[in-house]
Amino acid sequence: MNAPVRRRLTLDVSDLPGVAFGHRNTTWLANVFFMVIEAMMFALMFATYFYLRTRSTDWPPGHLPPALQYGMANAVIFLVSVVPAWTVRKRAPEGDRRAVKNGLLVLTAFAVAATILRIFEFSTLNCRWSDDAYSSTVWVLIGMHSGHLVTELIETVVLLAISFTPKMEGTRLADAAINSDYWYFVVITGLIVDGLIYGTTRFL
Amino acid sequence: MNVVGNSALHMLLAQAAVLHLDRHSILHPAAPQAGHIEWLYWFIFWILLAVFVLMIGAFSRAAGKTRVAVSHPLPVMEKDEIADRRAGWGVGLATGITVITLFVVLVFSVITGKRVEGLTSKDPVTIQITGHQWWWEVTYPNPQADQTVTTANEIHVPVGTPVVVLTSSKDVIHSFWAPNITGKRDLLPGYSSAFWFEIEKPGIYHGQCAEFCGLQHAHMGFSIVAEPVDEFKAWEQQQLKIAAEPSTSEAVRGREVFLTHACLMCHTIRGTDAGSRLGPDLTHVASRNMIAAETLPNTAGALAGWIVDPQRIKPGTAMSPNPLAPDDLQAVVAYLQSLH
Amino acid sequence: MAVAEPILGNDQDTGQSVLAHRLARTWRQPRGLWGWFSNTHHTDIGIRFMVTAFIFLLLGGILAVLIRLQLVRPENSLIGPDLYNQVFTMHGSTMIFLFAVPMMFQGFGVYVVPLMCGARNIAFPRLNAFSYYLYVGGALVLWGGFLTNTGPDVGWFAYVPLSGPAYSPGHRADIWSQMITFTEVSALGVAICIATTILRYRAPGMTLNRMPILLWEKLVISLAVIFAMPAVMIASGLLLLDRLVGTHFFNPAEGGDVLLYQHLFWFFGHPEVYIIFLPGAAIVSTVVECFSRRRIFGYTPIVVSVVATGFLGFSVWVHHMFATGLPQLSESFFTAASLMIVIPTGVQFFCWVATIWHGRLQLRLPMLWCFGFFFVFLIGGLSGVMLASVPVDLQVHDTYFVVAHFHYVLIGGALFPMFAGIYFWFPKMTGRIADTTLGKWHFWLFFIGFNITFFTLHFLGLHGMPRRVYTYGPDMHWHGLNAVASSGVVFMTAGLLVFLVNVFRSLRTGETAGNNPWGDAGLEWSMSSPPPPYNFLHVPTVGGRDPLWDDPPDQPVVVGLRDDIRETLVTHSLDADPQHKDEDPGPSIWPFLASVAVSAAFVGSIFTPWAVPIGAPLVIVTLVGWLWPHGPSPTPRPAEEV
Ligand code: HEA
Ligand code: HEA
Ligand code: HEC
Ligand code: CUA
Ligand SMILES: [Cu+2]
Repeated sequence: MNAPVRRRLTLDVSDLPGVAFGHRNTTWLANVFFMVIEAMMFALMFATYFYLRTRSTDWPPGHLPPALQYGMANAVIFLVSVVPAWTVRKRAPEGDRRAVKNGLLVLTAFAVAATILRIFEFSTLNCRWSDDAYSSTVWVLIGMHSGHLVTELIETVVLLAISFTPKMEGTRLADAAINSDYWYFVVITGLIVDGLIYGTTRFL
Repeated sequence: MNVVGNSALHMLLAQAAVLHLDRHSILHPAAPQAGHIEWLYWFIFWILLAVFVLMIGAFSRAAGKTRVAVSHPLPVMEKDEIADRRAGWGVGLATGITVITLFVVLVFSVITGKRVEGLTSKDPVTIQITGHQWWWEVTYPNPQADQTVTTANEIHVPVGTPVVVLTSSKDVIHSFWAPNITGKRDLLPGYSSAFWFEIEKPGIYHGQCAEFCGLQHAHMGFSIVAEPVDEFKAWEQQQLKIAAEPSTSEAVRGREVFLTHACLMCHTIRGTDAGSRLGPDLTHVASRNMIAAETLPNTAGALAGWIVDPQRIKPGTAMSPNPLAPDDLQAVVAYLQSLH
Repeated sequence: MAVAEPILGNDQDTGQSVLAHRLARTWRQPRGLWGWFSNTHHTDIGIRFMVTAFIFLLLGGILAVLIRLQLVRPENSLIGPDLYNQVFTMHGSTMIFLFAVPMMFQGFGVYVVPLMCGARNIAFPRLNAFSYYLYVGGALVLWGGFLTNTGPDVGWFAYVPLSGPAYSPGHRADIWSQMITFTEVSALGVAICIATTILRYRAPGMTLNRMPILLWEKLVISLAVIFAMPAVMIASGLLLLDRLVGTHFFNPAEGGDVLLYQHLFWFFGHPEVYIIFLPGAAIVSTVVECFSRRRIFGYTPIVVSVVATGFLGFSVWVHHMFATGLPQLSESFFTAASLMIVIPTGVQFFCWVATIWHGRLQLRLPMLWCFGFFFVFLIGGLSGVMLASVPVDLQVHDTYFVVAHFHYVLIGGALFPMFAGIYFWFPKMTGRIADTTLGKWHFWLFFIGFNITFFTLHFLGLHGMPRRVYTYGPDMHWHGLNAVASSGVVFMTAGLLVFLVNVFRSLRTGETAGNNPWGDAGLEWSMSSPPPPYNFLHVPTVGGRDPLWDDPPDQPVVVGLRDDIRETLVTHSLDADPQHKDEDPGPSIWPFLASVAVSAAFVGSIFTPWAVPIGAPLVIVTLVGWLWPHGPSPTPRPAEEV
């Protein structure tokens, strides 16, 4: 090749930070894509629910609507759990490792409680998945949400574990904040699923 | 119908010595619906042929005009405002023409759709077609149960009379399609729907299941026998009768064999003890041209072969092999052939 | 401006070569067997995607040869109905899920996108590697099933109830459903990687409206994948539940519905065909621009068209269901939508003509394949217009007319652009130029054979031959046309064999390529061929749409990225301003292990529900291993001076 090219102009990026919080973080973007995928799945299951509803005269067909107690208890937990999630999300960019650790601890507690209640919730649906299409849909809706709940629980536990080590800094703090976004997603989808399962079976 | 289109295609095909393709063809309509669709097909075809010629012309012209034969990369052309503006007009114009063309296609398509779908006259013949893996159950419903004709695979209709087809399926999705008559309609389990057609010329028209339905989807044919109204009425009367008493001793023995073997577990012969609906109704099986959903001609040899080992002819069919003694077999065949 | 000289990365300069040496050490991928499974560099993974997908093209093609042999004469007894049904299902599923999408979207995307962006690696390289292994897992499941006589036999869209528990006992349909899960998760993973790379890893200065058209298309496709794939995951997931645990989603006897499945499947299925075609269109735009020796005409209309196609693709799914007898009004709506989608495709065609018309055409091999694409895809698109009309479709639906349509668009929209792309980037990937003479033989054999086979199928369809029949009677008079159709396969096979010979010969004896043999404008042509493991000696900046054509030789380059850790530059999604730096996580065996654990759980669940509780902890362990922070934490160290 020919003589070395003289470069007069350069763009120096050495001063740029090594972490970004919020929407600038690349993992945040991936998390958004991930939530869009999951939201699409839920949306299609909701569509399935209403589609099957049009194919049946009674709803629920020959069952009692699911009993309220555990589902409603869980809905309350979901609503309250927004607080620790919010704390983590707010404190993480400030580098407040202590607050993040405590927030994750409380969040874990809520997630565990919600998961345990969920196990009981299955026993009060007043149907089995293999009864008919209605029952299948109810079980899959709530099962899908439980899958997200457990995934989120595991993620929170892992972050909690990291927060007890010195590695909870930089991008890990950003990850903890992103985890809160995902928890919001689990809460919102959970409330919608509850609305379908407990609401439309009574009022539709 | 489009004469030009037809003859152009015929020239092409006839020269390739590919003949007799009209038996099951959308290009040889024998009923108004298929005729409308054929017209629409050629209408769109000629439009699209023009689009094709124009596009290929444009590509050839562009390539011929500007091609340079060197293998090292040429320098990049400078921006050329004038050329870009001309190209802009060209692309805009072409897009405009595209929009108009598509609109025309849409309008004619919707109009044809209406003509094909709309029921035009009263007093139709109603036929219930039920798909089975892999044969067609055909009934002519009537409020009085003993006035209901039940047959299989061979559908008789009067010419010049609208025919309403009610669809349903016993197992998986099938699709009812007689290309010379009209477009296809799926038979969906859990749904019943209706469509209609009308045939003007007497004749036997071929049809076939068009939706993949498992092992013997290939052998799920049917035929539509269109006949003058009085012949149709006569046929209907004949079908309403219970099975004829066998007149030869061999046939009597055949009935005996039929009723003492597995046959009666699956088939109905009205007037005998056989009353199961798993397989086709055989009360007037001898009146049909073909058996096993257009798979075999209705001859003694074919019947015998079918009864002994249907799995060889239609692997997977629901009818099980029947290893009958040769004279039993002959007797059953004789009996079946007496069921006109 | 003249052909761009490579302006960046001159290895003869000593200062530069020290840097090159350090970067090479930092970005080196491990060697050996273990290292092979730990590799996370996008050029390597991209080529793996392509090679694997190509193998499945050949395997799918061999099945096609079987199909054509069976149909060559009436009542042929070469293969019986049971095997035939497996063969065509495997052919369709292999071609769509194991060849077309992995090749056109994943393969080309993973290889080219980071290079075109000016990035050192793809975003989330471990997710990317994981997606590759999962794809291989799905492929092994499907073909493993087929070779053990458990190949799916219900067609590539596996309509219920035929594929349901009552009519498909055994594990054949389960295998199909799980293969879907594998390949769709893989596509989703890659979609996230590619979309993030495009939005965040673009070189400074490459604002949205300077993005090469290929990047626009990849972005749109990634989003289409993200919105469409969930539908097929739901469809196949519910089917699997119906089959394995006795739910009743699709069982009409218990309130289920068979059309629900079709809606779910085609809501994915139609966008899917554009997911296959748009990467092809992207390659065509790139190649046409390069070999017309002018900037592509109609950048903005093309980008708008691509985005419009992405959207409209979601509004036409019912055109696959016209024969189910939905209300006429709604069917007319879907006719209108299907016709509307012709407009953006047409605009792209017109812009390609205009570019050639006002350019200086060099008919090199990649361009020859583009002309093949124009011809073939045009015919396929036009027959698509016929299908969009409800009455016509009611006649030709599920006949060989449709088979002809979709081979014209699939092979026209994927295979021809694929060969254009392979011949185009072959120099970049291997450092050598593929032989032109053999390439022309390849083209003409394949082009002629293709048209012999598939043009004939239109006539078969018009004369009533349904698809998916394992045989037909002599009284139908279809044998003449079928024999003609089958004869074309001989030429196609010969063409593909010539291609294989060409690749193996050119790899060893081809003319060496240099950085930029075609004089193209993309950033991928600015480094040596094949690219070093760090891609760019200096991350470039960009001042125009066609960087190597537009930018002056002293275009600024980025300095200040560290060379002792894998640092990458993150820029703003819209205007590509530098924002912060990320650290590439580097090679790791965990994605591979995670994919093994996930595959085991998926496959096991077909046979026993216990696979889920046993598999889940394994998956969790591997995922934690993957994501657990390793090594010293990235405390800031002073950047090395350049
Ligand atoms: C790469 C894949 C691909 C692409 C790009 C397309 C593109 C199109 N397809 Fe196709 N299609 C398939 C793959 C594809 N299809 C497959 C796989 C199936 C079958 C699935 C199965 O059943 O197994 C199918 C089936 C299918 C059907 C259902 C048929 C049936 O089962 O009965 C229909 C019906 O509307 C249809 C329509 C169209 C239309 C209108 C387009 C349009 O997008 C085409 C637009 C392009 C052009 C028209 C050419 C360029 C335009 C111009 C030059 C402008 C000028 C043109 C005019 C004025 C007309 N397709
Ligand atoms: C991109 C997708 C794609 C591609 C490339 C092809 C390629 C081909 N297809 Fe395929 N096809 C589909 C997608 C595709 N198909 C789909 C989706 C279906 C629907 C399935 C369904 O109904 O469910 C279908 C269905 C289908 C049918 C209808 C079957 C039926 O309905 O019963 C037929 C029949 O002719 C056919 C033929 C062919 C042929 C001849 C080729 C040829 O182009 C193939 C060319 C390839 C070769 C000739 C192979 C060459 C091999 C070598 C060179 C071997 C070298 C060997 C070693 C080194 C080991 N295809
Ligand atoms: C297990 C059920 C079963 C048994 C037992 C059975 N059949 Fe059948 N039969 C069928 C079915 C199902 C069909 C339709 C098969 C097809 O076309 O694919 C059929 C078709 C036929 C047909 C052709 C009818 C037509 O119009 O196409 C004849 C004739 C026939 N059976 C006769 C017999 C005789 C005689 C016996 C006893 C020796 C017998 N069958 C036993 C199920 C059975
Ligand atoms: Cu019935 Cu195909
Ligand atoms: Cu489509």
